[in-house]
Amino acid sequence: MRKLTFALLIAFLPALGLAAGGATSLDPMEPDHTNKASLQRGAALFTNYCMGCHSAEYARYKRVATDTGIPVELYEENLIFTDAKVGELMKNAMNAEQAADWFGVAPPDLTLVARVRGDDWLYSYFRGFYKDDTRPFGVNNVVFNNVGMPHVMVNEQGLCAVAPHIGESASVDPLSGDVRNADICPEYAIKGTMDAAEFDSAMYDLTNFLSYMADPVKVERERLGIFVLIFVAIFFVFAWLLNREYWKDVH
Amino acid sequence: MNKFIDWVDQRLPIVEAWNKHLAKYYAPKNFNVWYFFGSLAMLVLVNQLVTGIWLTMSYNPTAEGAFASVEYIMRDVQWGWLLRYLHSTGASAFFIVVYLHMFRGLMYGSYQKPRELIWIFGMLIYLVLMAEAFMGYLLPWGQMSYWGAQVIVNLFGAIPVIGEDLSLWIRGDYLISGITLNRFFALHVVALPIVLLGLVVLHILALHEVGSNNPDGVEIKKNKDENGIPRDGIPFHPYYTVHDLVGVAVFFFIFFVVVFFFPEMGGLFLEKPNFQPANPLQTPAHIAPVWYFTPFYAMLRAVTVDLFGLPAKFWGVVVMGGAIAILFVLPWLDRSPVRSIRYKGWLSRLALAIFAISFVVLGYLGLVPATAGRTTVAQILTVLYFLYFILMPFYTRMEKTKPVPERVTG
Repeated sequence: MRKLTFALLIAFLPALGLAAGGATSLDPMEPDHTNKASLQRGAALFTNYCMGCHSAEYARYKRVATDTGIPVELYEENLIFTDAKVGELMKNAMNAEQAADWFGVAPPDLTLVARVRGDDWLYSYFRGFYKDDTRPFGVNNVVFNNVGMPHVMVNEQGLCAVAPHIGESASVDPLSGDVRNADICPEYAIKGTMDAAEFDSAMYDLTNFLSYMADPVKVERERLGIFVLIFVAIFFVFAWLLNREYWKDVH
Repeated sequence: MNKFIDWVDQRLPIVEAWNKHLAKYYAPKNFNVWYFFGSLAMLVLVNQLVTGIWLTMSYNPTAEGAFASVEYIMRDVQWGWLLRYLHSTGASAFFIVVYLHMFRGLMYGSYQKPRELIWIFGMLIYLVLMAEAFMGYLLPWGQMSYWGAQVIVNLFGAIPVIGEDLSLWIRGDYLISGITLNRFFALHVVALPIVLLGLVVLHILALHEVGSNNPDGVEIKKNKDENGIPRDGIPFHPYYTVHDLVGVAVFFFIFFVVVFFFPEMGGLFLEKPNFQPANPLQTPAHIAPVWYFTPFYAMLRAVTVDLFGLPAKFWGVVVMGGAIAILFVLPWLDRSPVRSIRYKGWLSRLALAIFAISFVVLGYLGLVPATAGRTTVAQILTVLYFLYFILMPFYTRMEKTKPVPERVTG
């Protein structure tokens, strides 16, 4: 029994590490790489709003088109703004040195950002901008304090006058029946074209797309994984029977 | 077929070798679950070699191209993602099975006379494995690759007089650079694997010379039948080959769950900052080595006092080195008349339990940022880790042992 305890202790050592994480409170976001409609909307948002400054230089346009189910011709016509061929890497035209001059820091490549920051972080970050006149672009972010980036989607989200309530879920007040925190922003300085629910949904799509791009093989990997595990399980049965047969004569 | 075997055998003793190491290698019949980890270590070694060779075909060992080539492997190379995850998960799996294999040795006294050399070769394997893993971790050229290597190589700088020059010599540059990457690549894919394979051969040859220990610590060669075959021994092949096959299936199941479903293992097997390319101008907020080094890293950080005019960092390195070095002399520290923990007294059992818990908790403390409280705990556990060895000559002799049976039990 003691031996087992040791073995278990050592085996579950990794779990302790998981508990060690933790940061400021974020809104949870569960990506779904099989939701192609969401990935397509996310791809459109990414190309239109992010790729002006950010690259995705380890990913290829064609792979994104194929994986998200966008026909290649349609993708070429609508979602490649440079003279890049569809088989090329998603680099962008912005010069890193100039970008550093304009923003103080060169906009990072976003191919793997979801694996660096995490899906929850991205989903919260996109929705965490608010008005702050002390900052060069007039905005700050709840999740990323003193961020160097302007609020790109200000026309859609609007501009929150105070820090939005990231990390607090919506709840129904039991007495009045009012929904609290349905909109993470209690007061807007500028109204946007989308309401809070629409914007949340759009940012879900964008996060979902970035999550896909950081780990494009996830769906295929997990699909194959099932078959591999079934194979190993069957192999185990035969190995176990073979072992039992041989060990019959050991006393 | 037989003719061909005869032809070869007259020129190369293949039949003799087959018999010596497999068909007529008599292993105790009472191996338990702990005895799977030796052959599993071999399995993981083969996995690392095979996947490593294929990764090398697409990897670009330059500071400019390394990070992008890893992503190229992950995205554009057919099955590249699988090769890479098998290799990265295999690295952690290697340490898991090796740690369990070593713990087995501690439990059943497998290092005791006449198996001292097996233990020493094993320790050398462990040492080379750590170097191999450390150098391999630089190759993806991510933030943690870079800063982890920076921190570890800088440790050599703590050695008085020669330290700075030594770390300069290891890096080949004033900071970790493409030159360091190139030499680590050469060592990782050529030099260290050759040494590792040689040591594995020596480890097994030494084992097959004296024979395997077992959970009872009974010497099976003392009780042979009229044909000179140990009464408690069974031929390794086919009995343990089919037996290990079951272990392989169980291991593969767990291994593939990680490879296919949790390749990052929550940031433990692949650390999150390593998905960012190395940036010499930006230090990550929290630098932690990969989990298999963290017990020693925690010991390094636990030393906080300057002594004899030398900085705490130097003594930390001494403690860290000592923690590994002391394992080499283990065969001469154990003075117990019995091998197995089954027949040792309660002092030995308690000491081993404290040692194992200290090692695991130190591993956790090495992963998380240090606080005053955690450092105190790490200091206590570091002392306990060393006491296991330093007091061993005393408690193993003092305690009352149980009688060892003549033959192996179940």
